[in-house]
Amino acid sequence: MSKRITVDPVTRIEGHLRIDCEVDDGRISKAWSSGQMWRGIELILKGKDPREAWLYTQRICGVCTTVHALASVRSVENALNMEIPVNAQYIRNLIIAAHSLHDHIVHFYHLSALDWVDVVSALKADPKKAALLAQSVSSWHLNSTQEFKEVQDKLKTFVGSGQLGIFANGYWGHPAMKLSPEANLMACAHYLQALEVQRKATMIVSILGGKTPHIQNLAVGGVTNPINPDSPSTLTMERLMYVKTLIEELGDFVNNVYFTDVCVIGASYPDWTAYGAGVTSYLSVPEFPMDTRGTKFEHPGGYIPDGDITKFHPITSFQDDYFKKGVEESIKHSWYQGDWTRHPWEESTEPHYTDFQDDGKYSWVKAPTFYGKAAQVGPLANVLCMYVAGHAPTKKYTDKALAMVSSHAGTKVGIDALHSTIGRHAARAVRAAVMYESMQRQWQALVDSIGKGDTRTFVTPEFPKGEIRGVGFHEAPRGVLSHWSVIDGGKIKNYQAVVPSTWNSGPRNAQDQPGPYEASLVGNPIADPEKPLEVLRTVHSFDPCLACAIHVADREKGDAVTVRAL
Amino acid sequence: METRSVNILVLGVGNLLLQDEGAGVRALEMFQRKYETPEGIECLDGGTSGMELLHHIDGRDRLIILDVVKGEGRPGTVVRLEADEVPALFRKRISPHQLGLSDLLAAASFSGKMPRELVLLGIEPKAFDTGLEMSEEVAESMETVADMVAAELLSCGVAVRTRTAMPGGGGLHCPAWPG
Repeated sequence: MSKRITVDPVTRIEGHLRIDCEVDDGRISKAWSSGQMWRGIELILKGKDPREAWLYTQRICGVCTTVHALASVRSVENALNMEIPVNAQYIRNLIIAAHSLHDHIVHFYHLSALDWVDVVSALKADPKKAALLAQSVSSWHLNSTQEFKEVQDKLKTFVGSGQLGIFANGYWGHPAMKLSPEANLMACAHYLQALEVQRKATMIVSILGGKTPHIQNLAVGGVTNPINPDSPSTLTMERLMYVKTLIEELGDFVNNVYFTDVCVIGASYPDWTAYGAGVTSYLSVPEFPMDTRGTKFEHPGGYIPDGDITKFHPITSFQDDYFKKGVEESIKHSWYQGDWTRHPWEESTEPHYTDFQDDGKYSWVKAPTFYGKAAQVGPLANVLCMYVAGHAPTKKYTDKALAMVSSHAGTKVGIDALHSTIGRHAARAVRAAVMYESMQRQWQALVDSIGKGDTRTFVTPEFPKGEIRGVGFHEAPRGVLSHWSVIDGGKIKNYQAVVPSTWNSGPRNAQDQPGPYEASLVGNPIADPEKPLEVLRTVHSFDPCLACAIHVADREKGDAVTVRAL
Repeated sequence: METRSVNILVLGVGNLLLQDEGAGVRALEMFQRKYETPEGIECLDGGTSGMELLHHIDGRDRLIILDVVKGEGRPGTVVRLEADEVPALFRKRISPHQLGLSDLLAAASFSGKMPRELVLLGIEPKAFDTGLEMSEEVAESMETVADMVAAELLSCGVAVRTRTAMPGGGGLHCPAWPG
C-alpha cells in the first residue's frame, strides 16, 4: 500500500522547502519538491539604475549575498560588452573562492553532517580509538586523544542538560545511522573546529569586500578597492599577506579534516552511492576569469547530457552563445499565470496561486531547462565537467578521494559512484580542495600584477541609448547562477535570476519530467516514515537554498516544523 | 559611578526587499540615526544571514536581536523575549531568514559560544509583499523600537546619548561611485 510523507519545511536549509513522497514497500516511488515562498524580487529592479542592481540582488538571500552581487555586475558588464581590469577579476576571484570554501565547510559540518553523524552515539566512544582513527587518515594537529576527550565531555554536558532539542529534526539513534561511536566522536570534534575555521573564510571576504555579510567593493566596471602598496587605508601588501595566512589555514583544514572526513564517513555508507543520482544531465559554467574580457578561465565549465561524458560540450567565455541560447524556464507546474516556456529575457512574473495539485501547479519555483532538459547543477556537476575537460587539480583530488574511499570501504569505488547522494558530498569536498589551490593561484596573480606596477581596478561604464541585453553567470557554491538583464536607456527594463536551487529544486517541467530533487528521491529507502531521515539526506546533499530560488514570507501560521505520514 | 566595560551586539535582521520583513534592519538604522553608538556596543545589519554571523555573536555579554515576529498583536507593536524563548521561537516559526538564525543559535549553543544574555525585540509586521517601503504602521513604530534598544542598553548600565542632529535614512547603503 502506498503511503504519503510530507516534510514541511525541510530544516537546516535556507528558505522554505516542502517535500512530498509516495512510499511503496519501504521505498520512495514518486516525489514532489515544492518551494513555499513567492518569488518576485525581479519586480523591484524594474526602472532602477543598472549600476545599483547588485546592491538589491545581494539582499535576495542571506547565504548568497556575494554571489548575487557578482552575477549582477557581470550581467550589466556583459550587456555593455565591457572589459574590466585584471586586478578586479583577481580580487573578485579571491572573494568567490573564499565564499565557496565557507559555504562548503558550513554545509558539510553544520547543515548536513547531522544526517550521517549521531551525536548521542559519540558519548560511547573511546577517545583514544577515535584519535587513532583520525590519525590514520590525517596529520591534523587537533586529532589527539586529549582533544577528543574534551569534546566528549562537552557533549556529555550538552546532551545531559537536554539541549539537543535545539537541532530541529535531528534523528539520533535512527536505524539508518551507521558510523562507529569513534567516527561519530571524530566528526563532532571536527564540527566544533569547523566553526572556528569557517570564520577565516569570512575574514577574507571581509578584508577584500570591505564588510560582511554584505560586501561593498563591487562596481559595474570592476571593484572599488584602491590599490596602493604604500598607503595603509588601501589594499596593501600587509593586508594581502594576512589574506595569504588565512588561505593557508583554510587549506590545512580542508585537506586534513574536511576532505578526509568526507572520505571516511562516505566509506561507511556504501549503500548511498546507489541512491540519489536523479537527473544526470550536468551543467556548470567556467569560473575565475584571468583576462579582461572573460575568455580565459582557471576553471573550465560545460554541459554533460544524460551522464554521457563523450557528449561534453564546453562553455568557454562570458559571451558564449551556447549557454545564452540554451536556458529556458517553464511554469506549467508553478504558481504563475499561464503555461509557457520562455527564455529568461522574455519572462514575466505574474503570480497565480492554486493549491498543491499533484498533477497541476504545486510550487513557487519555476522549472529551468537546458536545451529542453532538466539539468543538475552544483559541485558534482562542476567537478564532473572539470574532470572531463581535463582540469589537472580536479583530476588529482577526485582520484585521491576515490582511492581513499576504496581503501576504507575495502572495495573498489569508481567515478560512477559520484552520481549519488553521497557522491554530491564527495564532489563538494573535491571542489573545496581544488578551491584552496585556486585561492593560492589567484592571490599570486594579484600580487604579481601589482608587482608590475598595475594598480587599475575600475573602468567607468557608459550606457548607450536604446535597448541592450546581458547575462552574467557565476559558478556559485550551489552551482550555476545566471542573472539576465534587459536595459533600456540606462534603466532596467527586465531582470531575471536563474539560481542554482531553481535548477535543482524545480518542479516537473513542460514535458512533465521531474526536477533533480524529485528524481533523486525516487528509489531511496525509508526505514521509518515518521522519521524520514533518508529524505533529508538526499535533499541536503544538494545544499538547498530556497530563499534564493523563491522569495517572500511564509503563508502558513503556527508550529511549522512538521513531518506528516499519511 | 564606576563604568563597567561591556560587549554587546545589536543585530538587526530581515529582508529589506520584502517590506516589513526588513523592519529589524530598519529599526537598527533608526537607532543609529537617533542615538550615538556607545563604546562597547556594535550595531550590525545581519540581513538574512545565518552562520556567517557566528563570529559576530561569539564572545558577547549580550545579544539584542531586532526582527519581525508574527503574533496576534496590532502591526507595529513590539514583543520582548529573552533567554531560551528566543531560540525556541526560531525553531517554531518560519520566515525566509529565521531558519538561518535557528541554525546559528543551535551551533552557538552547541559550541558554547552563545552570548550570556539573549534578548529579542520582535516587531509585529503587516505587509510582506515585494517592495522597499514598509507599511505605515510598522514604519511609525521604528522610533519606539529604537527607544526600546536604548532602554535595553540603559538597563545594562550603558549610557546612551541622543544625537543633536538626526541624519536622513532609507534606501540601501550605496557607496559612492568610484573613478
